[in-house]
Amino acid sequence: MEIISTLPPELIRMVFAAIIIISFIFLNAIMMGYLERKIAGHVQRRPGPMEVGFHGILQLVVDGVKLVAKELLIPINVDRTFFRLAPILSFTPVILPLLVIPFSEKLQARDLNLGLLFIVSMTSINVMALLVGGWGSNNKYSMFGAMRAVAQSIAYEIPILLSMLAIILMTNTFSLKEIVGAQQKIWFVLLQPIAFIIYIISGVAETNRAPFDLPEAESELTAGFHTEYSGMGFSLFFLGEYTNMFTVASVATVLFLGGWHGPTLPYGEYLGIVWFFLKVYFLLFFMIMIRWTYPRVRFDQLLNFAWKYLVPFSLANILITAVVVKL
Amino acid sequence: MKRYFSDLFVGGKSLVDGLVVTTKALFQPIVTVQYPREEIDITPNFRGHIDLILDPEKNTFRCIACGMCERSCPSECIQVKGKKVEGKKKKTLALFKLDFTKCSLCGTCVEICPTQALEFSNEYNLAAFSKEAFHYDILKRLEERII
Repeated sequence: MEIISTLPPELIRMVFAAIIIISFIFLNAIMMGYLERKIAGHVQRRPGPMEVGFHGILQLVVDGVKLVAKELLIPINVDRTFFRLAPILSFTPVILPLLVIPFSEKLQARDLNLGLLFIVSMTSINVMALLVGGWGSNNKYSMFGAMRAVAQSIAYEIPILLSMLAIILMTNTFSLKEIVGAQQKIWFVLLQPIAFIIYIISGVAETNRAPFDLPEAESELTAGFHTEYSGMGFSLFFLGEYTNMFTVASVATVLFLGGWHGPTLPYGEYLGIVWFFLKVYFLLFFMIMIRWTYPRVRFDQLLNFAWKYLVPFSLANILITAVVVKL
Repeated sequence: MKRYFSDLFVGGKSLVDGLVVTTKALFQPIVTVQYPREEIDITPNFRGHIDLILDPEKNTFRCIACGMCERSCPSECIQVKGKKVEGKKKKTLALFKLDFTKCSLCGTCVEICPTQALEFSNEYNLAAFSKEAFHYDILKRLEERII
């Protein structure tokens, strides 16, 4: 206890936050994996996982144990450094955005005044991990997957930033807490519906999910960038993908859906997290439904859509927002 | 320019239509059957291996051990034997065996039977570890039903 009292309280706070967030990431991946398979099942009118535990609720735990126990196979002639680095690079940066997300008024690890920029830069590193993994795998499918991931990310990063910019023009701040605070009266989804739609579309594309899952298009590229990965290498990519989805949905909640705001609860400063999570998981549910509804787009369609529709519309949206704000 | 906006409108509408279809499917009951736990009723037209018909009046088989089925079988998988019983003029059935590994379910035996003593069973849970498990003793199966 002596040592703890000598440590700066802010450090202890950050360590606690990091531990909670890392354990939450694993929990989220398990829940999302289960939800994904269940919803996929019911959309196709079959029950989904049913065998392990009540209605297959422990399926993902069992899968996780299997993945941990599997051998980490390193194929011949791969770039060993890159090959091993890629899963770590995919997993580590996705934890950091959660440190600045305001889950409720007082549940936020750190309120950076450039929080939004921090999140955008951290989520972009994920693409580099895909490129490193795809390049290091010494496999044409992985290479193609990585190349597609980069092209897709460059195309969709622009509309995502432009749609965020519309919000920033209205709030004059990059701090997520202040952006949520500004939505006390009215959620920005009502003021900025086009930006919201553009953000969701580009967000799905940014997380490489169907219908924009070209980097891992299983019918064309086996498994894309993670073709050669097994065991924990694969599951770190998997964790990275689901955490990225969570981050995208959280940012959408913060920017457009009023964050922790909702009907008043006792201890609202803390229990706002209930509304936050409801909104986030509603968006994640929506993203899963999108995945099981639409077929994968072709690559030229993907880029055409970004450059011909999303970018002009988001630019026009910013222009209109700027004029209205100035008036 | 007109094409640009009509594409956007038509495409967006079709996306919404698609979501409506899957959302409806999400709340409809599931149609797959969890096979070993639940089973569906088999259609009466299902042609499993042959079985002797249990005559409800006589409470036994109608077979007269004539051996027509054995002779007509193209795969020679049926084996029928009759025996003399004292006090009866005709032979009675003593052995009726089917080698189901050879049977092609053609149904010739069922059609040719002069006393309509044969039928197709509804058995479809057929899995075993040895070939011998499919050498059925049809007469024994009937005797089990009599009791």
